[in-house]
Amino acid sequence: MSILINKETKLIVQGITGGQGRFHTEQMLNYGTNVVAGVTPGKAGEEVLGVPVFDTVKQAKQATGANASIIYVPPRFAADSIFEAIDAELDFVVCITEGIPVLDMARVKNYLKGKKTKLLGPNCPGLISPGKAKVGILPGYIHKEGHVGVISRSGTLTYEAVNQLTLAGIGQSTAVGIGGDPIRGLGFVDVLKMFEEDEDTYAVVMIGEIGGSGEEEAAEYIRDHMTKPVASFISGQTAPKGKRMGHAGAIISGGKGTAAGKIAALEACGVVVAPTPDRIGEALITAAKRAGVYEKLLG
Amino acid sequence: MKIHEYQAKQLFLDYGINTDKGIVCETPEEVYEAAEKFGKCVVKAQIHSGGRGKGGGVKLASSPDEAREIADNMLGMCLVTKQTGAEGKIVHKVLVTPANEIKKEYYLSVAVDNENAGLVIIASADGGTEIEDMAANHPELIIKENVSVYEGYHGYNGLEVARRMGIPAELKKDFVKMLGSMIKLFLEKNCSLVEINPLIIDGNDKLFALDAKITFDDNALMRHPEIVELRDILEEDPKEVKASEFDLNYISLSGNIGCLVNGAGLAMATMDIISKFGGSPANFLDVGGSATTEKVTAAFEILLSDPNVKAIMVNIFGGIMRCDIIAEGIVFAADKLGINVPLVVRLEGTNVNEGKEILKNSGLNIIAAEDMADAAHKAVNAAKGGM
Repeated sequence: MSILINKETKLIVQGITGGQGRFHTEQMLNYGTNVVAGVTPGKAGEEVLGVPVFDTVKQAKQATGANASIIYVPPRFAADSIFEAIDAELDFVVCITEGIPVLDMARVKNYLKGKKTKLLGPNCPGLISPGKAKVGILPGYIHKEGHVGVISRSGTLTYEAVNQLTLAGIGQSTAVGIGGDPIRGLGFVDVLKMFEEDEDTYAVVMIGEIGGSGEEEAAEYIRDHMTKPVASFISGQTAPKGKRMGHAGAIISGGKGTAAGKIAALEACGVVVAPTPDRIGEALITAAKRAGVYEKLLG
Repeated sequence: MKIHEYQAKQLFLDYGINTDKGIVCETPEEVYEAAEKFGKCVVKAQIHSGGRGKGGGVKLASSPDEAREIADNMLGMCLVTKQTGAEGKIVHKVLVTPANEIKKEYYLSVAVDNENAGLVIIASADGGTEIEDMAANHPELIIKENVSVYEGYHGYNGLEVARRMGIPAELKKDFVKMLGSMIKLFLEKNCSLVEINPLIIDGNDKLFALDAKITFDDNALMRHPEIVELRDILEEDPKEVKASEFDLNYISLSGNIGCLVNGAGLAMATMDIISKFGGSPANFLDVGGSATTEKVTAAFEILLSDPNVKAIMVNIFGGIMRCDIIAEGIVFAADKLGINVPLVVRLEGTNVNEGKEILKNSGLNIIAAEDMADAAHKAVNAAKGGM
């Protein structure tokens, strides 16, 4: 088991003929992801790496039975691509694109209400269920099949955490990057809920950062609803106020969204928080041992 | 992106919001001439920071002579306000506006509401003070009204805000229209903040924007060349300007360890771990996911242009980005620039062994680190002169 994607996922790549789209399509195919179609308007009939290209998502879905898509489309047109995927009634859409205007995402977020489509991102590395499928840009080889769910707002910090787990002999069920934008699709609580329900996930690592209130909401959810142990790390403990630290969502404003506040909220709800980023794996081991599931994570 | 008050006031006038754009001046003589037109006037420093009044950047002059004297002191001064940080900002321009009679002051702004994926109107019956202080000390005085980006603004949204602010009955119609104009401006120009503080009732019993502040969503500037033209790079840190040319995310900090990292989360975490080990980062720098040799070289140039930097810590977790490419970039930059401070490098991820090999064979004096903690320890020691 895993969450959101598995071996049955049939994937469309929106923007497959672009440099990024082509490169990552190859990476995903190599990992074993079932990429069934590509979409680039005006390029129908072409093939990229043996994958047929269509003009629209609807055509691609009809022809291939696809149920998910990943978007590598420039920021100016990315929101439009998300709307198209929602209207094609795909189950799951991952948007990798960084730099989408916030008002575009506000419109997308409103449009998603009541629709069947789940959106991950934008400005995210995607997700991977080791040994099953990868929908995104995460480096496959650092992952190991296993039972820890990983959820993060940051790309490379996800790799850092995954690497520490793998080196400690602990595999992952699914690693999910929810992205660094202030308005996005799935949030911490949505993904935590999926990990709580997933039979194959025994423990969770959650990596947050300054800005917003997603980590605080996650802390309450963990306290009230999670039976599985959770470890965490919050980056930006030394970030100055009012400065946007790379991610559009990573900004402390009006005294809100500080790392200290988030760490306190998580610890108060029983989460083991790593003091430094090199000790994320260690924090997960502590949490797992406390819950008596550590042995089940090995091997 | 931020713009100046005088530019924001021009946009207000374009959208029919009542204000006076005044006269922008760069010399005391220009201020004298402007003041002659207005009589009693206000001289306002044009910098991209709030809190100007308390910092001495807004002054009332009762004569052209007095205005000139104020300008003489203000132009070229380093203005320190609550928002500029201790280093302050140099005043290059001032705005001269007629002095208004103020019968009442309010606060009014429109911002993005991330939680509701919409807009939020923020208002208060008490203007003039800093809204963040008010929100902290008197949250009950802050009025909030959500506006959907889909449905747009309705008259009742404005009437509701007006009622709660205590806007006089005869001005409610004007208020609703003014707020509608602010929201139109916000949506059409992809703003992230449109703020009037204070909004006043002036001597003619009209609503009047005494100040104007607008910031724009950087991600949407591609759609607004007319807004990009308003950018004033004198207001920005030169290192940050250069970084933006190379598509690098760079923020200048006050410490002495230069950081070069891929990924924003990892870059913040690198700052954190340096601080935990007793050091102090000189910057936040995310080289992004597709760093070329050119970008890495530019990044090193920016780090080395900061005289405070006593050591550099490179922290790369290559995912899609290959470590050998980064290593080649480091070697190229070191050759070209002659790095004269200790350089600690931690590489992990794709093609890490090839990357380490390139660094080892380069003949460069690089301090190799095993992991992030090791790198931070070594960088902190090096910056203290310990290596």
